[in-house]
Amino acid sequence: MLSPRLLAGLWMGKTAIWLNRRFGHGGTSFPGGIGRRVAPQILTALAGQLKKGAMVVTGTNGKTTTSKMLAAIVEKSSLTLTHNRAGANLVGGITTAFIDSATIGGSITSDLGVIEVDEATIPQLVREVQPKGVVVTNFFRDQLDRFGELDKTVSLVGEALRLLPVQSIAVLNADDPLVASLGKDFPGRVLYFGIDDRSYGAREMLQSAETRFCRLCGHPLTYDWFFFGQLGHYRCSHCGFQRPEPKIKVTGIQLKGEEGSAFTVETPRGTWQLELSTPGFYNIYNALAAIASAIRLDLPEKAIRAGLQGYRTNFGRMERIELEDGRRAFLALIKNPTGCDEVIRTLVQNRGPKRLLVIINDNAADGRDISWLWDADFESLEPVYPELRSIFTSGLRGEDMALRLNYAGIPAASIHYEANVEQAIRSALEMTEPGETLYILPTYTALLESKAALTRLGHSPHYWEE
Amino acid sequence: MSKSSNRTITLIHLYPDLLNLYGDRGNIITLRRRCEWRGITLQVHSASLGEKASFDDADLVFMGGGSDREQTLLFQDFQQHKGPALVEAAEGGLPLLSVCGGYQLLGLYYRTHTGEEMPGLGLFDAWTEAGSTRLIGNVVAQAPLLGENATLVGFENHSGRTYLGSRGGIQPLAQVTAGFGNNGDDKGEGAVYKNAVGTYLHGPVLPKNPALADWLLSKALERRYGDGSLSTLHDTWENRAHLSVAQRFGKK
Repeated sequence: MLSPRLLAGLWMGKTAIWLNRRFGHGGTSFPGGIGRRVAPQILTALAGQLKKGAMVVTGTNGKTTTSKMLAAIVEKSSLTLTHNRAGANLVGGITTAFIDSATIGGSITSDLGVIEVDEATIPQLVREVQPKGVVVTNFFRDQLDRFGELDKTVSLVGEALRLLPVQSIAVLNADDPLVASLGKDFPGRVLYFGIDDRSYGAREMLQSAETRFCRLCGHPLTYDWFFFGQLGHYRCSHCGFQRPEPKIKVTGIQLKGEEGSAFTVETPRGTWQLELSTPGFYNIYNALAAIASAIRLDLPEKAIRAGLQGYRTNFGRMERIELEDGRRAFLALIKNPTGCDEVIRTLVQNRGPKRLLVIINDNAADGRDISWLWDADFESLEPVYPELRSIFTSGLRGEDMALRLNYAGIPAASIHYEANVEQAIRSALEMTEPGETLYILPTYTALLESKAALTRLGHSPHYWEE
Repeated sequence: MSKSSNRTITLIHLYPDLLNLYGDRGNIITLRRRCEWRGITLQVHSASLGEKASFDDADLVFMGGGSDREQTLLFQDFQQHKGPALVEAAEGGLPLLSVCGGYQLLGLYYRTHTGEEMPGLGLFDAWTEAGSTRLIGNVVAQAPLLGENATLVGFENHSGRTYLGSRGGIQPLAQVTAGFGNNGDDKGEGAVYKNAVGTYLHGPVLPKNPALADWLLSKALERRYGDGSLSTLHDTWENRAHLSVAQRFGKK
């Protein structure tokens, strides 16, 4: 039973959630914020009741996808779950999820918590929630104006790992040297995941790698293989740091374009052949992170298989929208160079006539600094320029985006800028002809605007969030 | 102009793998395109750790900013191998653009929180002190160097506060009307000394400030060919992107 103060916080929070739902949007972090104001211990009190504890997912890219994949596996295991959906991954939003999940009397009846958390928030979250494990997906440049520098972000997550209870585990990406370096001085148990198969990637480094220097000693890393960014098979010839041998590893990959992929994964519980319905090579990493967490939680193989197979891309991470007359739209969030490059790569691989709309905002949630547009590989669009039947930009920084495309090799006169997001989407949709695909690439707040606009235009799939 | 069609200039990009924060490679993309559009060949040579750089043959140098860790990695290499020759060439009028960390390294010293002084190359009569907060945000500044009423726009993100002396007629590159600039106190942004430019502006700085890109190209061509004239480009998106920032963030 909660103390009167905690109950008061809970009820205030619940009221705010109800008001939000009743009267439409409002921040998902607001109810949690109110609850915490009244009862600062509320998250600790609620999360402490989870029967099997909580898994926390952090990292630059893939947090939402990984935690949703894990949530899907948990649900297929017939366990109940508290999960912060919709990417509300600051402490307020996470508290909202727990307040929502609690009974009026303040009980959490869920078996498990799956919590996606922003890198800057994780030390506080670990202190309050004392999770059973922390998953770190990768580190890339993202919202540097908020975090200062990537090194600081990595250190923050390292600090959070050291706050973990002794029986907890760190689930780390072996292929990202920045992530794997956290395992070096972590006193607890580590479960590494990684990709052994080299059918994808290159011997040479591609654009926008974060660092090729050893985080531990500062000397250059030697790579045998690059997947993307700084992810690959590496070692430091100076201090001996090298890619740890992953316990959960992919040994065979078959990419099937928009249909997703099939892959072989070796785990301590046997070798499995799995299907993933979500396209993109990077989603195999997300799946691996989810599999590693599921293994840590002793979830059955059948549930892992079904969870991954049934999982569909969520919330603008490469979401497909079927329009009438054989026209299609893809909606894909872009927020940093590495993620953006993967989206561009998918667009380039899908042949056929297409149209492009890039929507760049610089609100706080997008990151106010849009310099990263110049680290992203828009130059890759140049070879498919003949297939691009129209090119639009929009958003608060739509003119910057037009400039970027121009310098990437797209003629200035073939780029159209429309400040208003809804108007831009409307024009682009109207132009899209049967057999064509419209690619809409928004930043985070532009994605929210795009969703709302598509709904008003009668096109949005409603499965994406409550 | 037949002469313009076969002009070639060489740019040295210092430590591109270490000093590459905040889209600064966009500056190289910009210089390359603006040359290409005018029929000028721009050769770009990278010079990183342990690699030689011949500034005698160079027409232009670019140096970006990096994280503290990465700047520490190159510090020794720069001090011992490339720095002194770069300073000598810049004293002789070699055009140079340095951004953020690169700008700080070319000053006299950087004083850390603990009072430790890391010596710089001393090309700029400028020094930097570590600040307790980061100066982050959009910048709009007046830059008379680039023409009457010319503005400079960009995005800054630095904790160092840089102060300029007066040796050799060093001047701020611009006067901020919105944002912090060098130190948040005296309105100065960046520095110009001979043909060497230092700035805190990312964005990156050159795409949205084509006048600064052309200033550098013109200086480079003038030194190499005795003629710095450049044909005019339309600059449609350059100007629109520039104006959108100037109008949105500039003081009304």
